[in-house]
Amino acid sequence: MRIYATYNIKGGVGKTTAAVNLAYLAAESGLRTVLWDLDPQGAASFMFRVKPKVKGGALIRGTRPLDEAIKGTDFDNLDLIPADFTYRNMDLLLGSAGDASAAKHGSGDAPGGKPARKLSKLLAPLAAEYDTVFLDCPPSVSLVSENVLHAADVVVVPLIPTTLSVRTLDQLSGFVDEFNGHRPELFAFFSMVDRRKKLHREIAEQLSAERSDVAATAIPALSVIETMSVERAPVTVFAPNSAAAKAYRALWAEIQADGE
Amino acid sequence: MTPGLAGFIASGDDGQTGDDAVAGVLASLAAEFTVRPEHGSRPGSRTDGGTRRLTWLDTFDWRLYRAGLSLEFATARRGGELRLTAGDVVTAQPVTGFQPSRPHLLGDLPDGPVADRIAGLVAPRALLPMVTVTTVATAYRLLNSDDKTVARLVVEHPSVPGAEPRPLPPRLAVTEVRGYQTEARRASRLVGSGPGIAPATEPVFAAALRAGGHSPAGYSNKIDAAITDTMPAPRAAATILLRLLDTVDANVTGVFADTDTEFLHDLRVSVRRTRSALKLFGDALTGRKGLTADELAFFAAEFKWVGDMTTPTRDLDVHLLDFELTAATLAAAKPDDLEPFRVFLEQRRRREFRALTRGLRSQRFTTLTRDWRTRLTALQQAPVNGKTAATVRSGSSGKAAGETAGSLAAERTRAAFEKVVKRGVAITPDSPAESLHDLRKRAKELRYALEFFAPLYDPAVSGKVVGDLKRLQDVLGEFQDTEVQIGEIRALAAAMLAAGEAPAVTLLAMGEVTAGLAARQRAARAGFERRFSAFADIDGQRRMALLLRGTAG
Repeated sequence: MRIYATYNIKGGVGKTTAAVNLAYLAAESGLRTVLWDLDPQGAASFMFRVKPKVKGGALIRGTRPLDEAIKGTDFDNLDLIPADFTYRNMDLLLGSAGDASAAKHGSGDAPGGKPARKLSKLLAPLAAEYDTVFLDCPPSVSLVSENVLHAADVVVVPLIPTTLSVRTLDQLSGFVDEFNGHRPELFAFFSMVDRRKKLHREIAEQLSAERSDVAATAIPALSVIETMSVERAPVTVFAPNSAAAKAYRALWAEIQADGE
Repeated sequence: MTPGLAGFIASGDDGQTGDDAVAGVLASLAAEFTVRPEHGSRPGSRTDGGTRRLTWLDTFDWRLYRAGLSLEFATARRGGELRLTAGDVVTAQPVTGFQPSRPHLLGDLPDGPVADRIAGLVAPRALLPMVTVTTVATAYRLLNSDDKTVARLVVEHPSVPGAEPRPLPPRLAVTEVRGYQTEARRASRLVGSGPGIAPATEPVFAAALRAGGHSPAGYSNKIDAAITDTMPAPRAAATILLRLLDTVDANVTGVFADTDTEFLHDLRVSVRRTRSALKLFGDALTGRKGLTADELAFFAAEFKWVGDMTTPTRDLDVHLLDFELTAATLAAAKPDDLEPFRVFLEQRRRREFRALTRGLRSQRFTTLTRDWRTRLTALQQAPVNGKTAATVRSGSSGKAAGETAGSLAAERTRAAFEKVVKRGVAITPDSPAESLHDLRKRAKELRYALEFFAPLYDPAVSGKVVGDLKRLQDVLGEFQDTEVQIGEIRALAAAMLAAGEAPAVTLLAMGEVTAGLAARQRAARAGFERRFSAFADIDGQRRMALLLRGTAG
């Protein structure tokens, strides 16, 4: 089972649209796929027309099996774990989810300690049923993101082509490098690229050429991507021949080629 | 990820057709869900719809069906797929170049999960096409208020293809979308409550077979004769023998086609049972309107002729069926050393098989089975008047003619049991092989008696008796079969040498095979005492008495 996470500290960078389209493309290629919507806003759940229903953070606390929360989407091979509004308090849930005695003695809160690995534990049983997991994360730097980074094999990072966002990638890379043992691979790509803006063009072209952790494929800023929330489906489904759909296909091909 | 719920049949009622019933179901679902046809071509949609050609595969004796399994071959664009269903679990295996209309031995199937799962069950029988069904399926998505698919309805229109295709009633099934069980159950209830809709109690293949006047598990080599305790003995005897004749007839075509070895085996066993039955209660067929003693002797001799005719081919089949296993257990010789032996066995088998089929196609065999059926049918259908029957109870022939099946069963089974006990207790470690062979024959007769009259016995008691007897027969069979096989291998070695087809390494390997058989024979001899005691000790005799007391005897 390969775990992908779409993550950025900033919100509104095309993280959820990437998760929805990449998860769909993975499923379409025959991989048994599940997308976990960890963002309390529930945008990914909305796009698959699944109501965010789970209450009380029982999944995270481990008192309710993940298996029971899984919903089938309208597409073959693609299931979804819907968002839960209580995820807004997920840091608290994760913090309480660790070994109680370890937490009491303070070791549970150490960086990379038990609370930071809770998500990995929760995901482990899914390996029997799925080939691919996508985690759509809330934008933040928190125990949630630390959990996601520990659980993921590949962290897919959408970047707006600005100088600042590149700094963020470096910070993330530095953070991950400090991990003991398992370290996720970072895979960044430029998102919401406006071809008409000179700065966007320059940064996107320059960095993807210079840096090995930045994809050659960029996702353009297109209105068809925004209509995903109206169509409530992946753009690769309702506009399969659009430039946006082609860009996501190219991105997924690049992510897979990178993993080989 | 979408487990199926219970299926339904739209047979229609009150002048309503199956299609009317389906239309009614769609209308009632539309009141609760948005019902939208599923288009296979749309990206990301499921492809449950379309036309499929399915062939049901099983062995001649329905081994998969009896084990609760169903194997089908579905034609696909490239090759096709073998799909094995066991309860809710479906195992699929893609196959290329598979021709479902032809029989397939296990070795003809490509390796894969389906072949692995059925290997132990099917071999050495061939998989045959039992029936072919063509289905045209339409899938519908059932949507909630968010336009989210929460369940699917698949409507199938099956038919049996042919010059005049036979349509079967439509079938409906609701499939669940994970996490939406409540909606799927709701949809299923709506479908089930529709007028003219009934739960599907049997697979579509079974319905297709019935439409053609057949039924699943329509063949069995078990005797299962329809006899009762109070039935007049002549009628019961004729009923049992007719059932055996049916089995002979049912297997002749398969023997000619040489589809697998078990057609001949079943035919041979039925002939042997017929001969044993004639010996055990043939006199029940004599008497007024029955057979004369001379006729009885004639039929007995003719069935011996048939039995003898089948022996050489079957003996060679046994060597060939065991060949791989035997070759694999060689200690000194290499498995390849035996290859010339296999070639020789196969040549011999071809020759013997030609002789066998000549015999089975002969006028003599055709006349025998035809006349035998005529005589038995007459006896089975003859009106039996108690008084009339009683009047023929004089003289040695027709002694059993006035009895009931129950008294005949008790008397003859008891006699067979006493023979086994008498011969068994006389056997000591120094007894010659012949006395064990003789005991084996008597044990076989007793076993057949128990099987012929099985419907009259209490199954709880007979189960234990037959089980112990079977274990005794196993050691006796192993003892004799190994001896026969050693003799045959020695004769075959001499024949191979005479034909100049016997390399030294092959003869050495054959020597090792006979040594292995001799060791098995010694082990069987050592196990005899224990098995015999378990069957015929005081408890065993009590069980037999209890069994026979249950009948009219």
